[in-house]
Amino acid sequence: MTPELGQLALVLAFLLAIAQGVLPLLGAWRGNRALMAVARPAAAGQAVFVAMAFGILAWAFLHFDFSVQYVADNSNLALPWYYRIAAVWGAHEGSLLLWILILNLWTVALAALSHRLPEAFAARVIGVMGLIAIGFLAFILFTSDPFGRLLPMPADGADLNPVLQDPGMTFHPPVLYMGYVGFSVAFAFSIAALLGGEVEQAWVRWARPWTNAAWGFLTLGIVAGSWWAYAELGWGGWWFWDPVENASFMPWLVGAALIHAQAITEKRGGLRAWTLLLSIFAFSLSLLGTFLVRSGVLTSVHAFASDPRRGIFILIFLTIVVGGSLLLYALRAPKVAGGKPFNVVSRETALLIGNLLLATASAMVLLGTLFPLIGDALHLGRISVGPPYFGLLFPLLMAPVVALLPFGPFLHWGKADGGVLKQVMLRAGIAAVACAIVAAFFVQGQLKAIVGVASAVWIAVGVLLYALKRWREMPRGRRYPAEMAGMLLAHLGVGVFVVGVLLSESLSVTHDVRLTPGQSESVAGYDFRFDGVHRTVGPNWHADQGVVTVLRDGATVATMHPQKRTYSHEQVQTESAVDAGVFRDLYVALGEPMDANDIEGAWALRLYYKPFVRWIWGGGLLMMLGGFVCAGDRRFRIKRIAAEAALPVAAASPQESPA
Amino acid sequence: MTARISRRSGFSRDSSPRRSRLKPLLHVTLLALLAFAGHAFAATGAIEPLPFKDHAQEVRFQNLTKQLRCMVCQNENLADSNADLARDLRLEVFQLMQQGKSDDQIKQYLVDRYSDFVLYKPPLKPGTWLLWFGPLAILLAGGAVVVVAIRRRNRDDGAIDDDKPADGRRAGNEPADTGDDW
Amino acid sequence: MKRFVPLIVFMALVGLFGFGIWWNTWHDARYVPSPLINKPAPDFALPKLDAPEQTVTKASLLGKPYLLNVFGSWCVACAEEHPVLMSDGHQLGIALVGYDYKDAPDDARRWLRDRGNPYDLVIADQPGRTAIDFGVYGAPESFLVDAKGVIRYKHIGPLTSEVIAQELQPAIDAVKRETP
Repeated sequence: MTPELGQLALVLAFLLAIAQGVLPLLGAWRGNRALMAVARPAAAGQAVFVAMAFGILAWAFLHFDFSVQYVADNSNLALPWYYRIAAVWGAHEGSLLLWILILNLWTVALAALSHRLPEAFAARVIGVMGLIAIGFLAFILFTSDPFGRLLPMPADGADLNPVLQDPGMTFHPPVLYMGYVGFSVAFAFSIAALLGGEVEQAWVRWARPWTNAAWGFLTLGIVAGSWWAYAELGWGGWWFWDPVENASFMPWLVGAALIHAQAITEKRGGLRAWTLLLSIFAFSLSLLGTFLVRSGVLTSVHAFASDPRRGIFILIFLTIVVGGSLLLYALRAPKVAGGKPFNVVSRETALLIGNLLLATASAMVLLGTLFPLIGDALHLGRISVGPPYFGLLFPLLMAPVVALLPFGPFLHWGKADGGVLKQVMLRAGIAAVACAIVAAFFVQGQLKAIVGVASAVWIAVGVLLYALKRWREMPRGRRYPAEMAGMLLAHLGVGVFVVGVLLSESLSVTHDVRLTPGQSESVAGYDFRFDGVHRTVGPNWHADQGVVTVLRDGATVATMHPQKRTYSHEQVQTESAVDAGVFRDLYVALGEPMDANDIEGAWALRLYYKPFVRWIWGGGLLMMLGGFVCAGDRRFRIKRIAAEAALPVAAASPQESPA
Repeated sequence: MTARISRRSGFSRDSSPRRSRLKPLLHVTLLALLAFAGHAFAATGAIEPLPFKDHAQEVRFQNLTKQLRCMVCQNENLADSNADLARDLRLEVFQLMQQGKSDDQIKQYLVDRYSDFVLYKPPLKPGTWLLWFGPLAILLAGGAVVVVAIRRRNRDDGAIDDDKPADGRRAGNEPADTGDDW
Repeated sequence: MKRFVPLIVFMALVGLFGFGIWWNTWHDARYVPSPLINKPAPDFALPKLDAPEQTVTKASLLGKPYLLNVFGSWCVACAEEHPVLMSDGHQLGIALVGYDYKDAPDDARRWLRDRGNPYDLVIADQPGRTAIDFGVYGAPESFLVDAKGVIRYKHIGPLTSEVIAQELQPAIDAVKRETP
């Protein structure tokens, strides 16, 4: 009975979504306050029913209700409880439910925090969120029912894909969806602004913290996914330019561009059309990612089981949402370029160039991801576009961004002071060159590594110089407003990321070896001693577990336990062993015994030495932190908006916006 | 369970005794239903020590096989794939290397047999111009728009530090600029 | 007009995705056309499955067209294809050469004994080295080789009655018209 309640809850949520999506928009259009007032209660009700459906599915997993097809397909009696919870979003139907739940979380947060917005504007924003929810609830109800029954009920279920049985994977999808769905808020703001006309110019300021937070979540989600791929897949790689990874990366790039475009629009009034367009793009690309993963249009490592019916549904939904928004944009976007004038050497120019490069990079990723499909359509033959393509073009597009980064904060709005810029260039440049020369001695002349060190120092010195300038020139308490601290953190994160990528890419050592117990192999100054393999068991697997002792100059550095697990349904999965360190990771993956019948004999092992690999995720986490800190700036908290505030709040007093 | 298989029937055509571990559920069901015995599919990464001449050759081998796509598990590169064919092809690449063949010759050898699909970096030819020059075209078009925008906003240089409203609206409606350098 | 550019680009993308959905319902994503079509088949020398001491070469098969069918006892889809070969194989009008791919000879012999042998001749490639020259990446695969030893057609995946009627038989007829 309970699963049917889940379904009923989804149906009720669907009806409430229709109310939330239609009535407030009508109300805002006709100026009917009663209809506008429907927005918040409808959103709250919808969230309650969606949470109920989600809870019922989780309950079914916890209680082994294999009469539910989705539960039977994705869990079994041996699966530990924490992975049974994670199994809720382990496949298509449940992950879609998670998507909807998170959409509701954002909507509720928006409904709760938008009380000071003009009534009609808030009604429009919540209404647009409702329209999105209608689409997704229809999708789950009509094509992807997670509560479908399997009768007669099997005694035991299949299994959650063992690749997903990893802490990183339990964590990765919810956070990633927080990011994807979070862009729906900026999207709803811009659609509401387009619907309402130009008067509500201040929408940008209200949208900014939401954009920053969504981008922070997306960053964290991507970092978690990357970390998971590194630790779990056993290939030692952290990014594969796989279509699904690209699907999350495109909204991230556009989101980064949007954050900067919003700054111009809010503070200088310029670039309004572009900011609107980017908000639409960021969410559209999130939807596109959902489409690509679930339609089976592209072959990918992580793609869900494909079903053309679902593909067609999402495509129609995508056409309505994105096509409708872009049509609205074409008809209603501000025709005259507004904003204050600016000099060629100004912060505006720098932000424009950064926007151009980020948007182009995103377009490049889209083109590369879709090109195999274009090849099929134009009969060019089957084509593969992979890491060598992206790995060549992406750094080329990002190099100017890295070069411009240190100047950003020093550039004034409108017109920048060239003398200060020269000083920055000189100091950061000297520091970068000096560090590069020192680094050259340590990295055996690896150009990539030297460039990495130089770029990171260039960025970091730029950030530090600015932090120092603020420290000297500003009174205590006004030195680092949250918005600025966030920016400095995120920019520093870029530097940390760049040095992590380039050093680990160029200095990593990978070595496949055949070792008999007791034998050692030296990799990058570490002696990996293979101490044999024994059997071990876990809750729903048994494994051959290798013991590898790592020594440096005779002293034990680490004892590592790479495993080859066999799960309850005979799926085999490697568990690599990682000894993490700030400056290097040691990484061991267990291959196969040289003689299949003798697990106590020699084994094939892969040994990795990965210097600075952790800096990649460290940089990502700094960027995430930057996004969150920015979002928390007091300036963004809407202080007072009078009822007549269809007028912008833009003329904020200095006390209100110290930054 | 049967529903699951028919849903993914595109993958049911098996091609190699050892298959990708990324679709293990399907394989398990196949194993169970079709009594596909005798070939346990391994799911470990492709780990095999080869007798390289020196470390430089090993690095060259690793870089080369990473740029080649596995035909069987199409989402894996030749270096990481555990498919039987990938194993054979790695060995082939290794032997060609020992024969002194260059990377380009080895790639051509595989392209001759398996088509451009094996290359993760598509070769430049009329069919791929869009792929290779498309981003440049976007950059140039976007660059042109940016240059025009900058020049237009810059035309009246004297007005820059002026408080004159830019788009003719009331000064009170102007977006906030606190005058701070930030 | 400028403001419509994003919409136009997006609609082009929608068209592309619609095409993708349509295409994927008709095509196996793993199908990669062979570059060897209309090129001479690679030289090979492989033992007969039943008589490993005898070697079959490309040269020894020249003069008459034949269908080279790659199979293996481990291959699930080959078992699907097998009944079709048993029923339709001899009506093709050309020799059917089995290519046992990466298989233990005993397994293959037992497989053919249990299910019936549709082939006029079976060659065995246990190491799979020659299969690389043919660009084999899965099984079953079928190559139509003409009398001059040129590959004229390749089918990847199980042959079905429809595939035979619509693609293979016309290709065979064309090849036979050239060889008197």
